[in-house]
Amino acid sequence: MATDSDPLDDFIAASARALALPMKPEWQAAVKANLDVTLKHAALVAEFELPDDAEPAPIFTA
Amino acid sequence: MPSPRPSLRPDPIDASWATASEIAAAVASGKVSAAAVIEDALTRIATRNPLLNAFTAVTAERARTRAAAIDAAAARKQKLGPLAGVPFAVKNLFDVAGLATVAGSRINRSNPPAQRDSPLIEKLEAAGAVLVGALNMGEYAYDFTGENLHDGPSRNPHDTAHMTGGSSGGCGGAVAGGLVPLSLGSDTNGSIRVPSSLCGIFGLKPTYGRLSRARSFPFVSSFDHLGPFARSARDLALSYDLMQGADGDDPACADRAPEPALPLLDRGLEGLRIAVAGGYFAKGGTPEAYAALDRVAIAVGADDEVEIPEAHRARAAAYVITTTEGAALHLDRLRHQADDFDPAVRDRLIAGAMIPSPLVVKAQLFRRWYRRQVLELFKSYDAILAPATPCTAPKIGQQTFLLDGVETLVRPNMGIYTQPISFIGLPVVAVPVPLKPMPIGIQIIAAPWREDIALRIAYALEQQGVVAAPRPAIAGGP
Repeated sequence: MATDSDPLDDFIAASARALALPMKPEWQAAVKANLDVTLKHAALVAEFELPDDAEPAPIFTA
Repeated sequence: MPSPRPSLRPDPIDASWATASEIAAAVASGKVSAAAVIEDALTRIATRNPLLNAFTAVTAERARTRAAAIDAAAARKQKLGPLAGVPFAVKNLFDVAGLATVAGSRINRSNPPAQRDSPLIEKLEAAGAVLVGALNMGEYAYDFTGENLHDGPSRNPHDTAHMTGGSSGGCGGAVAGGLVPLSLGSDTNGSIRVPSSLCGIFGLKPTYGRLSRARSFPFVSSFDHLGPFARSARDLALSYDLMQGADGDDPACADRAPEPALPLLDRGLEGLRIAVAGGYFAKGGTPEAYAALDRVAIAVGADDEVEIPEAHRARAAAYVITTTEGAALHLDRLRHQADDFDPAVRDRLIAGAMIPSPLVVKAQLFRRWYRRQVLELFKSYDAILAPATPCTAPKIGQQTFLLDGVETLVRPNMGIYTQPISFIGLPVVAVPVPLKPMPIGIQIIAAPWREDIALRIAYALEQQGVVAAPRPAIAGGP
């Protein structure tokens, strides 16, 4: 039977388990709000087209 | 009849508001002793800190010992350093030998005391400056307000009901409140420039890699910078010059010889091409921010407006890298000591830990593209002006403000104009425009490694009287 849980709530629960992070129920709303804002910022960056040979800013020097 | 007790007050100088340069000159000339200057600073801290909450530790005995050594050297006719007898303090993320480096946290209080001072403290003390303590800050520097859950908020000397800005809140309060003429803070996304703006003082965020960050507690290695706060452009240049130099203990510190800015400070504006940042930077600010910008732009003859391309996306990318690198730094503390964080910091870091890595790499890819675009602008201009903050200091505890008519959270958004600049490590001097009742700052942004140009413009503006650190009533002002 399908559930109507929020995918972001599911993602937080799964990520917290995978990363061994504690997640108290009273933290959920604030973590979700912050994750939502950060994902929106990340989407704004990711939609900007760059060539395949673009280099990331940090360069390791051997 | 007993002889009168020698006064400890350094009468020849107005110690509450004298600049570092003036204090050092007075000590070097013998007008006042280093011991008297330091005792006076300790008295001011004891009197005013209960109102401002700028200091979290006062290193009184260490300071008295150092001051006595300076006076002994003067008595032996030894040449004194360029900061002889100048009291200064540092954000409490700098290592200070004998103190735990708390970085505004509860968690770090159980760390062992630092064994050795930060190299920037060592360099300033080698020049005769005297460390008098450590300063309040937002927890782990993830903050633009200067509020701290564990130590209480830093309070703005111009109105103690208002915030200092952060995260280097104590740095702003201590200098603007006349407790010390010089402090050192850190700037990852704006934490020197925001408190400089809200407290009405000068702040320098040097080029990324210019000053060593060794023996300081990090936040976001990609963006972390250290730098000075002062009440004059000359003091910024003087202290900055003394702190320059390569340091193998900080992998990001450039292998670059010092390039002194002080000798170039009074060259004026002649020949400099200065523009105002438009587009993203021309939106979202209050009328005060743009009135201050206009005043500075007119004074330097900045008639051109330039658009820093994709600045909104740069700010977004800085946001992503900050929260994810910060999460990586604190991952184990989040796992095992989550209840000991300020919840406002913890909840952002937990969210940051959950961001998928391709999105972070995208942000670093964009960073290089953006850097190239912005550096193109510096082929046509020597400096670009932009607001430092969208508004003057909000009240302590204020959660939201109106930006362009939209109710927006204060804590993450006070740095909307600073983040796109530190994102690519450009040097910036924040200069104070003494609006009433509260001051506000303007960013003077230069090309990488051209701190000298930003400082030169700041000094010229100061000479014109366009920018100045206003003296609050708590420090003897009107």
